Amino acid sequence: MADKVFALPNVQTPSVPVKINPDKCIGCNTCVETCQIDVFIPNPKKGAPPIILHAEECWYCGCCATDCPTPGAMEFNWPLPLKPRWRNKETGVVSQLK
Amino acid sequence: MGTWHDYLKAAGTPPEWPYPIKYGEETEVETDVLVLGGGIAGCWAAISAARNGVKVALFEKGDVRRSGAGGPGCDHWCNVPANPLSRVDPDEWAIEMINALGDYSNGIGIEIQCREDYDTLLEMEQMGGKIRDDKDEFVGAEGRDPETKLMFSPRYGAKAGYGAHPDWRKPGFNPPEKRNNVVIRIWGSTFKPILKRECKKLGVQIFDRVMATSLLNENGKQGARVVGATGINGRTGEFIIARAKATIIATAGSGQLWNIDMEHGGYSYMYSRNENGDGSVMAFKAGATITMREGSHPFGIASGLKHKWYTGGGDASYENVPIVDANNVKLDLVTQGWADAGAMNSPDLLQAVRDGVESGKFELPMFGDFAGMKPEESNATWNLMLNEESTTKIMVKTMTEGGFDHTRDQIMNYSFIEMQSPPQYYDAPRGGGILHDWNLKTTLDGLYAAGTAVFSPEDHSFAASTGRYAGRKAAAYAKTVELGEVCREQIAKEKERVLAPAMRSEGIEWKELHNGLCRVMQYYVSQYKTERLYNLALEEIARIEENAVPQLYALDPHKLMRSLETLSAIESAKIIIYAQKERKLSSPKLGINRLDYPEPDEEELKKYLLMHLENDEVVFERIPIRFWGNMKEQYEAHNQDYTGVYKG
Ligand SMILES: Cc1cc2nc3c(=O)[nH]c(=O)nc-3n(C[C@H](O)[C@H](O)[C@H](O)COP(=O)(O)OP(=O)(O)OC[C@H]3O[C@@H](n4cnc5c(N)ncnc54)[C@H](O)[C@@H]3O)c2cc1C
Ligand code: SF4
Ligand code: SF4
Repeated sequence: MADKVFALPNVQTPSVPVKINPDKCIGCNTCVETCQIDVFIPNPKKGAPPIILHAEECWYCGCCATDCPTPGAMEFNWPLPLKPRWRNKETGVVSQLK
Repeated sequence: MGTWHDYLKAAGTPPEWPYPIKYGEETEVETDVLVLGGGIAGCWAAISAARNGVKVALFEKGDVRRSGAGGPGCDHWCNVPANPLSRVDPDEWAIEMINALGDYSNGIGIEIQCREDYDTLLEMEQMGGKIRDDKDEFVGAEGRDPETKLMFSPRYGAKAGYGAHPDWRKPGFNPPEKRNNVVIRIWGSTFKPILKRECKKLGVQIFDRVMATSLLNENGKQGARVVGATGINGRTGEFIIARAKATIIATAGSGQLWNIDMEHGGYSYMYSRNENGDGSVMAFKAGATITMREGSHPFGIASGLKHKWYTGGGDASYENVPIVDANNVKLDLVTQGWADAGAMNSPDLLQAVRDGVESGKFELPMFGDFAGMKPEESNATWNLMLNEESTTKIMVKTMTEGGFDHTRDQIMNYSFIEMQSPPQYYDAPRGGGILHDWNLKTTLDGLYAAGTAVFSPEDHSFAASTGRYAGRKAAAYAKTVELGEVCREQIAKEKERVLAPAMRSEGIEWKELHNGLCRVMQYYVSQYKTERLYNLALEEIARIEENAVPQLYALDPHKLMRSLETLSAIESAKIIIYAQKERKLSSPKLGINRLDYPEPDEEELKKYLLMHLENDEVVFERIPIRFWGNMKEQYEAHNQDYTGVYKG
C-alpha cells in the first residue's frame, strides 16, 4: 500500500506548520484540543499521531507545539518565506532558521 | 509525518470525518447569563458572573483553553494606575489616556480599566497566574521593583500615549523617579488555561467549538430584549439554542475583510483568524446600535503577509530593541525603550530612515540589535516580554532552539523600511463595535458587551477588566428578570440559514467567496474613496449575494463554520461601506480619506456616527464625542456596590 501513488490535488501551502515525530508522539490529542483553529483532526487509529487537515488556516500561534506534553513529539515548522534570519554581531555571519 | 496524504498513503483511504455529524439535531440550553466568545473578555465575564451567584453558559468557536488573540499569551498589562507603585491617580490617568488616544476613544471602558484592572490582575494571581519575578530571573532589569517583584514596562514612562514626546531625545528625559509606572510586564502565557480551569471550577457550562450565529430577540422582534442566542458546532454541525436572561458579546472584532492571506503566511495580526466580526453583525441584526465602523487604515504593526514578528516571521526586534543598519549605524528611531518612555515611531521618523536608505546614509538590511543592549535588558525583552507576548512565544522557542543568542546576535529586520501598506493590507476598523452605557449594557435590554467587541476598545487588560465588569452587571440584571420568550419562527429561519451551505456539495467554497469579498474591498474601499466607488462596491456585494452566496457549499461542519464567518464578513463589509458613505468628510483621526469630500467637517467630526436596524432598514444617529460625561462621577455612581478583589 505504501508504494501506491494516489491522484491528489496540490498540497496546500504551508505544507506542514508543525512536524510530528511518530516515534515520540503518544497520540494524546492535546494539540488537537489546543488548536483554536482546528488545524488538526484526531487520527482514527487510537494513539496514533493526529492528522494536519487545515494547514493553511494556521495562524502560527505556536500553542500546539508549546503545550505538547511529550518532548520531541512536535516541532514547529515556519513556512519558508517566514523563517527568521539573524546575524552574529561580531562575525557578521547571517543565519536562518532551518 | 502527520499530513493528510501521509495518512492516505498508509491507510489507503482518506480519513473519515472524525466527529459525529449532527446536522439538523438541536440542543437546548437554559441559563441566567450566556457569554458569546471565550477569549479574554469572555472568560472574565463568565467567571465574574458565576462568582456573583448566577448560572453561566459560554459559547466559544475554538477551545477556551487557548482561544482568541490572548490565548497564546500577553506581556503588557496596560493602564494599571491603581497599582501600589503607580505615580498617577487612576481617574486622572484615564483622562490622560482619553486625551492621548483621541476623540473617538472609549471613556467608559478606559475608566473601568484604570479603576479595576489592578484588582483583575490580583485575581489572576489568586488563580495561579504569574505576575511577578518571584524566581529572581530578571534581577537588574530596569523597571523591576525588588520588593514587590513587579516588573514595569517602559511604555508610558513619563507620559501617556504612544507618540514620541517632543523632549524624547534630550538627556535625562525619562528618569526612574519621573516614571508613571502604569504598565506591568506579566507572564501572560500562563493565563488562558487558568481562566478555563476557573470557569470549569465555577460550573460554567462551556460549549467549545460552538460558533454563535445569531441573537434571539423576545418574540422575534428586532430591537426587543435579547433572550438568548443560537450556535452551531464546528465539528458536528449540531445546532444549539440557548435561552438566557442576559447575554454578553465578547467575540472581539472583525478581521480579514481586505485580505485573508490564505495558504501563504498564515493570517495573523491583532486578532486570531477566528474573529470575523460575527459579534457586531449579530448585535446589529438584532437591532443593537453599533458605532465607529467608518474608519479604515493601512495595516500598521503585526500585519498580514508582511513577515513581521507577530505574523510569525523574521521581522522581530521591535519593542525596546535599537535598530541598526548593515554597518551597525544606529537608526534615528525611538526604540520604545526606557530612554524614550516607550514611544512608537512616527511616520516622520520612518520617512527619515527611508530617505537615509535612498541617500546612502544607511545601508540595508537593518537589524534589531539585541547584542547591543545591556544583557539584563535584552534578557528581559527576549525571555520575558517576547516569550510571553502571545504568538511571539513560539518565535522565541524556535529561534533559541535554532541557535539564536540574544546576547550575541541581531535579528534581521525589514519592517521599518516597508511600513507603507498597499491597498490589500487595509485593516478592518478595530475601533468599531457595539455601543454601550456605564453598565456595559448595549442599547438592547438583556444584551451586554465587553473586550474588543465594544466600540474603540483597547488591549488585554481592557478586555479582562471590561469582561469582569460586564459579568457582574449582567448577573445583577439576570437576578431581576425571568427568561424571555423566544420565537420558534426566528429560530427555524436561522437554522435554515445556518445549515444551507451544508446541504449543497458544489458551487462556491468559502475561500473563494471570502477572496471575492476582499477584492471588492481592495478595489473600491481602500486607498481612494468616493461615492462612485462605494456604490460600485455595494452593487458588487449585491451581485455576490444574489449569485455567489446561494452557491456557497460546505463539505463538513468546519467548512460550514468558515462559510458562516464569510457571510458575517459580507455583513461587516456592508456596514463599513454604509458608515463611510454617511460620513461625507475626510479625517485622518477617524481613518476616512474621501477624494470627493477632502475637507474635515468640524461639526460632524464632533460626533460619533451610530447605526442600527429598524425593520431591517439602517438608521443613523449622532451623539457627541465624550458622551460618557464625567468619568469619575459616572463610574462611582454606577459602582457603589463594587467589592474589589474577589474573596472566594
Ligand atoms: C500577537 C499579539 C500580541 C498581543 N500582545 C498584547 C500585549 O502584550 N498586551 C495587551 O494588552 N494586549 C496584547 N494583545 C491584544 C490582546 O490579546 C487582545 O486585546 C485581547 O485578547 C482581546 O480580548 P477579547 O476577549 O476582546 O478577544 P479575544 O481574546 O481575541 O477573544 C475573542 C474570542 O471570541 C471567539 N469568537 C469569535 N467569534 C465567535 C463566535 N461567533 N462564537 C463564539 N466565539 C467566537 C474567538 O474564538 C475568541 O476566542 C496582543 C494580541 C496579539 C495577536
Ligand atoms: S500533543 Fe504532542 S504527543 Fe500529544 S498528540 Fe499532539 S504531538 Fe502527539
Ligand atoms: S500554531 Fe496555532 S493555529 Fe497553527 S496548528 Fe498550532 S495551535 Fe493551531
